[in-house]
Amino acid sequence: MTDILSPLPGTFYHKPSPDAAPFKAAGEAVAAEDTIGLIEVMKTFIEVKAEAAGTFAGYVAADATPVSAGETLAKLD
Amino acid sequence: MAFKVVKPGLSTTVQDLGRPGYFHLGIPEGGAMDRFALRVANMLVGNDEGAAGLEAVFMGPELTFDADTLVAVTGAEMPIFVDGEPREGWSAFVVKAGQTLRFGFLKAGARIYIAFGGGIATPLALGSRSTYPIGALGGIDGRAIAAGDVVPVGEATTMTERSLDRGLLAPVSVPVSLRVLTGLYWHRLTPACQARFFADEWVVAPEADRMGYRFRGGAPMEFVDREQPFGAGSDPSNIVDGCYSYGSIQVPGGQEPIVLHRDAVSGGGYFTLGAVISADMDLIGQLQPNTKVRFTEVTMEEALAARAARRDRLAKLRAALA
Repeated sequence: MTDILSPLPGTFYHKPSPDAAPFKAAGEAVAAEDTIGLIEVMKTFIEVKAEAAGTFAGYVAADATPVSAGETLAKLD
Repeated sequence: MAFKVVKPGLSTTVQDLGRPGYFHLGIPEGGAMDRFALRVANMLVGNDEGAAGLEAVFMGPELTFDADTLVAVTGAEMPIFVDGEPREGWSAFVVKAGQTLRFGFLKAGARIYIAFGGGIATPLALGSRSTYPIGALGGIDGRAIAAGDVVPVGEATTMTERSLDRGLLAPVSVPVSLRVLTGLYWHRLTPACQARFFADEWVVAPEADRMGYRFRGGAPMEFVDREQPFGAGSDPSNIVDGCYSYGSIQVPGGQEPIVLHRDAVSGGGYFTLGAVISADMDLIGQLQPNTKVRFTEVTMEEALAARAARRDRLAKLRAALA
């Protein structure tokens, strides 16, 4: 189990746009450079990378919610 | 001497204490959002307090050095590593030639200040090295630092490692209290709205940046009825254009207060209900999104006393690090 942590504070999004599907679904394969979500802060969207390979276990932080730096956003198996 | 940017962080800019004197031409003062932290970082490495350093918001950069350099990191709490070995904040430490300075996740606050012995030696623009990205002024080509940049550093006066007694720093309590002096357009708000503005709990909005800090969570403004003056527009939050000051609080559309900060515009058509006092402006630079804030009304006497207290604290630090 690997935790994907938020690199900075802001608002966390599971999807690239409101109508799109989430970046990852549970059970999906994840490569280290894959984007698993977006953090919005200072009118900028920052891509959150998995930084490790594995199988996506699910989001921990809810979509469109505030997160702090170092908070767990998602888990990999 | 120079350092090379391996990773720039989110928005890392060269900042000194700013370029006062051009606000009437629409060029903001700029400079560090937390001037206190930049001053102390410079003191620690033996620089003039107004020397240029790096301001990094929410995420630290990764830097490598081509010569031994005395470095100090102040401001937000963020783990500091030199070739993977931890270093303390609010202290001066040597980074040897070839070593890498990098940072962990932000723990508290919003902006770190990195001072380099000798100071960053990029060219002056209107008397300052501060980066004003919107005006493409100062810093490295008027922009935030980018991977691959080589940033020149001046001649250091000392290589002495030392640290600061953190007891000399002002404690921060939550919810953060920002002291406000009401202003020219305060009378435009109803008495009930005036009371609510100070009673409500606000939170920092994620849009907050170097231009202004936006707050939400409190009740919308309620304006005293009037016939809008010619040229003011129809929204009751509009005025005939006026000057804005550093720290002034505007509420566009009466919805969300914005405290104008270092890179703010110098004038416009929004009423300003007052201003955050100068003693509390550095604190704003350390607020993360979603931080709870209350605005507290003070008198001019209290504002001036707070400014004097801040000056005294800085003098004590100066004496401790002399």
